[in-house]
Amino acid sequence: MISQVFILSSKGDHLIYKDFRGEAGSDVVGIFYEKVTALTGDQPPVVMSHKDLHFVHVRQGGLYWVATTTADSSPFTIIEFLNRFTALVKDYCGSLSEKSVQMNFALIYELLDEVVDYGYIQTTSSDVLKNFIQTEAVSSRPFSLFDLSNVGLFGAETQQSKVAPSSAATRPIQSSREQGGKSEIFVDVIERMSVVIGTNGVLMKADVEGEIRVKCYMPSCSEMRIGLNEEFSIGKSQLRGYGAAVRVDECSFHQAVRLDEFDSHRILRLCPSQGEQTVMQYQLSDDLPSAPPFRLFPTIERDSGGRLLMYLKLRCDLPPKSAAINVCATIPVPKGSVSLSQELSSPDQSAELKLQNRAVDWKIPRFPGGTQLSALFKLEVPGLSSASMLEVGPVGLSFELPKLTVTGLQIRFLRLSPIQPGPSQRWVRYVTHSDSYTIRI
Amino acid sequence: MPYLGGEDTVRELRRALSNPNVQSDQLRYRNTILKVIRAMSQGVDVSGLFSDMVKACATVDIVQKKLVYVFLCSYAALNPELSLLVINTLRKDCQDPNPMVRSLALRNMTNLRLPSLMEYVEQPLTAGLRDRAACVRRVAVLGWAKLHNLQPNSEIDAAVVNELYSLLRDPDPVVMVNCLRALEEILKEEGGIAINKPITHHLLNRLKESDVWGQCEVLRILQRYRPQSEDELFDILSLLDASLVSPHPQVMAATLSLFLSLCSGLPAVSLAALERVRGPLLAACGSVSRELRFTALCHIQLLLRSLPGLMGAHYKRFFCGYAEPAYIKQRKMQVLVELVNDDNVTMLLDELKGYCTDVNTDTAQAAISAIGRIGRSYSDRCLEILTGLLALKQEHITSAVVQTMRDLVWVCPQCSDTVCLALEGCEETLQDSQGRQALLWLLGVYGEQVSSAPYTLEVFIDGVRSEVSLGVKMELLTTTMRLFLCRPAETQDMLGRLLHYCIEEEPDMCVRDQALLYYRLLHCGIEETQKVLQGRRSDPSLGVLIGRPSEPISQWACSFNTLEPLRQGTVETDSTISASRCTDASADVPASSIAAPLSLSLSPALSPEEFERLWLQRQVLHSEQEQIQFPAIPHCSPQSLQAAMQLVNIQTLAFTPPHTLPWRVYLYTHTQHAGDSPHITLILGELLYTGEEELKVTLKQQPRDDKALKGFLSILTTVLHTLVTQLVWFIAR
Repeated sequence: MISQVFILSSKGDHLIYKDFRGEAGSDVVGIFYEKVTALTGDQPPVVMSHKDLHFVHVRQGGLYWVATTTADSSPFTIIEFLNRFTALVKDYCGSLSEKSVQMNFALIYELLDEVVDYGYIQTTSSDVLKNFIQTEAVSSRPFSLFDLSNVGLFGAETQQSKVAPSSAATRPIQSSREQGGKSEIFVDVIERMSVVIGTNGVLMKADVEGEIRVKCYMPSCSEMRIGLNEEFSIGKSQLRGYGAAVRVDECSFHQAVRLDEFDSHRILRLCPSQGEQTVMQYQLSDDLPSAPPFRLFPTIERDSGGRLLMYLKLRCDLPPKSAAINVCATIPVPKGSVSLSQELSSPDQSAELKLQNRAVDWKIPRFPGGTQLSALFKLEVPGLSSASMLEVGPVGLSFELPKLTVTGLQIRFLRLSPIQPGPSQRWVRYVTHSDSYTIRI
Repeated sequence: MPYLGGEDTVRELRRALSNPNVQSDQLRYRNTILKVIRAMSQGVDVSGLFSDMVKACATVDIVQKKLVYVFLCSYAALNPELSLLVINTLRKDCQDPNPMVRSLALRNMTNLRLPSLMEYVEQPLTAGLRDRAACVRRVAVLGWAKLHNLQPNSEIDAAVVNELYSLLRDPDPVVMVNCLRALEEILKEEGGIAINKPITHHLLNRLKESDVWGQCEVLRILQRYRPQSEDELFDILSLLDASLVSPHPQVMAATLSLFLSLCSGLPAVSLAALERVRGPLLAACGSVSRELRFTALCHIQLLLRSLPGLMGAHYKRFFCGYAEPAYIKQRKMQVLVELVNDDNVTMLLDELKGYCTDVNTDTAQAAISAIGRIGRSYSDRCLEILTGLLALKQEHITSAVVQTMRDLVWVCPQCSDTVCLALEGCEETLQDSQGRQALLWLLGVYGEQVSSAPYTLEVFIDGVRSEVSLGVKMELLTTTMRLFLCRPAETQDMLGRLLHYCIEEEPDMCVRDQALLYYRLLHCGIEETQKVLQGRRSDPSLGVLIGRPSEPISQWACSFNTLEPLRQGTVETDSTISASRCTDASADVPASSIAAPLSLSLSPALSPEEFERLWLQRQVLHSEQEQIQFPAIPHCSPQSLQAAMQLVNIQTLAFTPPHTLPWRVYLYTHTQHAGDSPHITLILGELLYTGEEELKVTLKQQPRDDKALKGFLSILTTVLHTLVTQLVWFIAR
């Protein structure tokens, strides 16, 4: 049961406030902001309480999305509701930001009104909601940071004709109905990998979490069939086909997905509702079908002048045709490091000493597969002792691998029935993100 | 933030709202209303515009209507009289052919929260229950709950309650779920909606029609149901099995909650259910949403209390990502500590070592104390890491390491040598009071082993004038006293100075009182002082025996899937230990008198022949028989039994092999009361199992001491209990 829902900007501005049950006053908004900003580092912020009122919040798009509730309500439900609500707002407003929430507050009030009544969640299905929501979204088209962060999805260098524009998937779903906008459907295969590589280069941990997300801008689409690799298998025992199997450990589907053709032909059937939904989620643990994408060969020593020398060779083991983009290696360095001098192997790379994080950030905008880059960092650390070497590492890598899935999952085909009357476009996109890629030194 | 010029804004808006030109232009009118709502959500008090907004309510534009309703519902309570004007429009809208307008009107009519309008609302609500459109029925059902809560004293018509019950069979699943919710609220006094067998099975059969939110609600309410037979129970469980592994964490959690409440009498089934949810819970731990990750982690911690081995094979899933926030990292480390075993300890410590130098000091300190916890079972490896960290000479790391060592030594006194060696020289790096207190405590207890202890103390005592921390001063007093007892020659002078300062100059009452206490204690003589200050050393039997004993599920089942697990900080076994140490550190006299009632010791050793002679010598020994219910004990290996017994200083002498009948074990120990003059009792024991439910314990002692016997029996029972719970879990796997 949800008593109130409110949205705050990161600076504490009130954007949306809705009281469903009239049990507490609106002054709790201020109390919440005071509490959340006064937290110390080790206090978990998710649930906080004030008298017998409990705040549960999630942070998305730089905003606080808060629900107040009673102690016995389910945290899973409330958090999943807030996440779903942010997804709805994103679907309806096009993007999630302080600006878009401010501009579309009337729409958000309307959404909240339909989604929750008297603190009870009524429905969050965009199919049902589209019949009730009347307000039109105001979208902030010209330049938003959100677009920039999404650019990576499509790769840095891709042929213009075959690739969807990055802004395509960040528009409000309703415009397709009124303005007769393009009817489009996006199927994204998104994987996140978390990897730990030990000091000796041995792979200690490799987990992949993946999902297939469908974003639909079609006013009428009765059925969609998504064909996965035929040799796709679930679990350890089951192997299909003769080629290199695409294997995952566990797999779950959205409840709207019909699986009658899944066992025989690996086909998912569903009727996509407007907006974004996750059709399938899967996990693979401790087993990558190919080599991990990056390896690091570090040499770290102290020179006679008391400086710390780090010679790093980073190799990208992707297939030669692919490339990683927005690669950033974060190398923790000893406390008290003062300055950094660097020698990098190409001019587009950059490196910077971040004193606040006590780390060197080495940025590589594009890193083609099968190549190797090297960097020499010289750090001025007053009072460097041999013990300080302990503080160097582990190196964290963040990157994006466009047009690539590490599990090898592919979409064979995407069919819509009945055949769409007007011009319709179908997009399939692949991307792998680093959730956490750690290399010990 | 509210505008500074709030009043100007309101004046301007009012002018615009009452402008006939604006009113006639649909778009301009709507935009003005938008401005009002925007000002309202920014915190400007726009209640003064109420009457203008009431007028704007009468329109055909649904968007405008919705906006006006948002405004009216927020301010109706301030303007009850003016609100009467709205009710007519609302009642008219309830007759509208468009179901959307009808539901909108009905919802907002009940959202005005004005008791004075009750009489106008009841009739449309009754009509709403029988409306053709499901969306109107949904609103009407909840409307009755709102009405009831508005005037809790007034009785809701029994006919309405009956109608709500019958609407449980409504074709629309949301109406059904809303009926449950409404009846729960209306019948709160009577304990909520009556959950009988037909209703339960009706709800279960229609579970799949609802969306996830509805399912959670139904599952929650069904927790009150008690099946009439075991067959029925298992029918229900098998129906729910698919929801238990649902990809939606909220459904999974609600189902598990229901499972646990239904199977409270069947621990084996509950344990199996916990195994089933492992997959979905692990998936939730890897979710994109960090809040969900955190929630899943907290609930995994609950599960681990009953099934410590549940996640053992998946420990790598709890490695921290470098970009994760500190609060998630800390929870993950707490989980990792629980999962440690012989196979993964190297990997785990390697991983934790990496976190110790984290930029975030909270994370670093949490990692260090996690290593300390693991050190209770793997002390050598952990101490090696901890000593290595001291070389970094960083304030927060050294402080955390010293505190961790203090906690570790308390549980594993055998580590004291390594710890004492490591302590040399770290006082220069320590800055915070917690770390310095820990150092002082260690110096006091192990003063004779740290050669530089008096010099370190001297520095502290010289600086006592500028010391601000109360805790450090108190600890300093106790430590100096303790050091004086074991190294009087080196310490006497500084103890004198310290006591003099504390009694004569110290402004704080607590410190002064403690110093006075010590001063007078010293007058009583050295023996008396020793008794007070050294009465209590750590006792290994206080700590963990073999890992943490697993708790029954009922201990935490009621807080599963509530906010409780997310709120509590670190509920660890640590609390008991640090609590006992605190009373010890302040060296109050009562602390020693209520100290561990009984200590066991193995020396002098007893040879098997001697044991046999004593056992058969009936007249010398006082003997006693007890029955304990541990039928599973005979299945455990002699090695584990022996190891467990030795941890608490009970020596096992002879065994029959496992699984033979009758199964016997002979054991002995010496008991000694702490504090008393040496009064040692020898206890001989036999555990006999003849295939019945109980384990027969025969104890003989010399000389007779009933108190000691009772104490021994309770220790024995604890050990056996721990063994059995581990064993049951092992078999269950």
